[in-house]
Amino acid sequence: MTDKNGFFDLSRSALTRRTALKGLAAGAGLAVAPGFVRYSQAQSSAPIKIGFQSHRTGIGAAYGRWYEKTTAAAVKAINDAGGINGRPVEVIIEDDGTDPGRGAEVVGKFASQHKTDIVYGTLFSHVVIGSAPAAGEAKMPYFVVSEGHHVASTKLNRYVFQPGITDVKSQIQSMAPWIAANAGKKVTQIFPDFAFGYDHRDYLPPALKAQGAEVIAQIAIPPTESSFTKYFPQIPAETEVIYHVMVGPAVLTFVKELGEFYGSNRPQLFGFIDSLEATDINSPGLEFLDGSHFWEGSPRYAQPDDSPAQKAYRAAVGIDDNGAAVGDPKDVSTAAHMFGCWETLYVVKKAMEDAGYRGPEDRAKLVEATEALTEFAEGPEHPQGPKTFNGKIHQCFGIQNISKVEGGRLNVVHKTKIEDGLYEPEGNYTTQAL
Amino acid sequence: MHFGPHLLLAALEGLVTSAVLALTALGLSLVFGVMRVVNVAHGEFFMLGAVLAWAISTAISGHPALGFLAALVLAPLIVGLIALVAERLVLRRLNYDPEATIVATIGMLYIIQQLALTFYGPEARPVEPPFSYRILLPWFGYSGYKLSIIAASALLLIATWLVLTRTKIGLVMRATQYDSETAQAFGIPVTRVYAGVFALGAMLVAVAAVLIVPISQAHYLMGQDPLLLSFIVVIIGGLGSLRGTVLAAVLIGLSDGIISVFFSPTLAKIIATLLVAMVLVFRPQGLFGTASR
Repeated sequence: MTDKNGFFDLSRSALTRRTALKGLAAGAGLAVAPGFVRYSQAQSSAPIKIGFQSHRTGIGAAYGRWYEKTTAAAVKAINDAGGINGRPVEVIIEDDGTDPGRGAEVVGKFASQHKTDIVYGTLFSHVVIGSAPAAGEAKMPYFVVSEGHHVASTKLNRYVFQPGITDVKSQIQSMAPWIAANAGKKVTQIFPDFAFGYDHRDYLPPALKAQGAEVIAQIAIPPTESSFTKYFPQIPAETEVIYHVMVGPAVLTFVKELGEFYGSNRPQLFGFIDSLEATDINSPGLEFLDGSHFWEGSPRYAQPDDSPAQKAYRAAVGIDDNGAAVGDPKDVSTAAHMFGCWETLYVVKKAMEDAGYRGPEDRAKLVEATEALTEFAEGPEHPQGPKTFNGKIHQCFGIQNISKVEGGRLNVVHKTKIEDGLYEPEGNYTTQAL
Repeated sequence: MHFGPHLLLAALEGLVTSAVLALTALGLSLVFGVMRVVNVAHGEFFMLGAVLAWAISTAISGHPALGFLAALVLAPLIVGLIALVAERLVLRRLNYDPEATIVATIGMLYIIQQLALTFYGPEARPVEPPFSYRILLPWFGYSGYKLSIIAASALLLIATWLVLTRTKIGLVMRATQYDSETAQAFGIPVTRVYAGVFALGAMLVAVAAVLIVPISQAHYLMGQDPLLLSFIVVIIGGLGSLRGTVLAAVLIGLSDGIISVFFSPTLAKIIATLLVAMVLVFRPQGLFGTASR
């Protein structure tokens, strides 16, 4: 390539003293312009900045959108009630593209450019795992709403917390007795071929074995797969229960093709609602799911025994009795997960108040104050239900819902207890240096 | 499951993949053959076809077949129009320079994808199939609609072949492909042929998308996979060769179906990519392509 126009020829761009002075003046002007000044006066008036690592694009985009709605509702509620330590909360959103590499960059951007107080909000487990080292390096408290076991496994670092949603290991352990007793003893697992799926692959077999049931086949499917029929011959004929947990945009196809493959003569189905989050349960092709069961973190459909706190939460976030956006019944929410955003923000509020948090210099104090938390009572701040928190493994424990598809809606048929999901800690974050 | 039915399922799955692949790759191959433009935005025309199919079929009430048929006619027309505008505004201004058009179509890819995300949203939305007949085999059930995709694709391929070999438009296209300068000297409006071919390529891929969307939903990122596979098919078959493209599509589709049923989908992709490498090393013009003059 030749430089015909001389763009790269420095001798041709005459930098005169006048242009240099102009440039300097413009730069100085920018620095004193309104908006460029940093808050130098009392810390108390500046907002607390929460960096929200959002899956705005990529395979997690539907979750990202509803995580943003829930976050906006929670922040509004917190600010209306006086903010945190008397300071307003400001959320800064950066898109991570549901990509681990980009996720780590976003954490870096929050730390060095936006100078946020914490980073929060990630769902997809591979993004969490990819971003956690960056958060640890920047000594940036990182509150995820991810459902994976990676936080509680203590394989991440001291700055990563999951106080608003339970982890897969705990979920599986508390539901295994119900599956073995009500669905069947011979289970075939279908799961996505990445971190979140591996939690299911690793923790379901021992949990079922403890109940006298067994996993007879495990089928891993790449998360970007768009056609599934080719995997179904691997399902053994003696299968009594298909345990499915799928994520990404092709989940509807997965269920439809399963329906075409089996017709009415199907094994029992037990799925994680992740397979159908943000998807209308009455979509064409899903009739096949009638009578099957799903795990739900928080029920999508309003239940007869909903607490006043649950009702208030649904109204604040703007979802109707069917779990769709108020005014748009086709815009179905990710209700089973997004409550975790709401609850996590209230945990952050509590921990910041306990720590007397003033600014980034108090991040270590915030970590210690979060680790000191033990219990979250059910109420407006924790509408999904009561929770306990283990500060050593940075993970909360709570109740799970098992719902049945009946008459085109999901009805909760079983709620587990907090104790059902407790397990021996695998390590201890608090021994790590801050 | 026993070997026989297992193989049958694998072959059926492979044929459906082949059918869709043949249409998408054909569009890419035509555009390259005639215009010498590598259209990286090809997959996004696929996505546009699917998204429009969703929009059209939800706008039309009544029996799902009505909405689907309307989509089958209208979506490719709209996508063709968009391609025509893109050709006028971008490719022509670059004088179809091979390197510049690659960069330009990468830009188009992102523009179309982000516009779809902005106006259509991140959800995967289903389109109801025109009919939902389930073929009951003794060993497993299979979607009747999937089989109809194979038939529809075969009809479209034959129609395209007839247009290319039996009509004056086809003759003009082939002349332009053979030697555009001489064609121009004989009074063939080459730029208009280019515009038409670019639109036709986009329309073919849009039809493929409308056919596939009832079994796979419309999503703004769905264009990436078909693009990659189309490139594999076109390289193996020989750029610009219709026969080679169709045969390579059947080969890749069937091997993908069979290998992923019996072994793993990852292995199928590995083998397809290996095949591309082998073809590039030993027969760079593709199995059926002619060496460039």
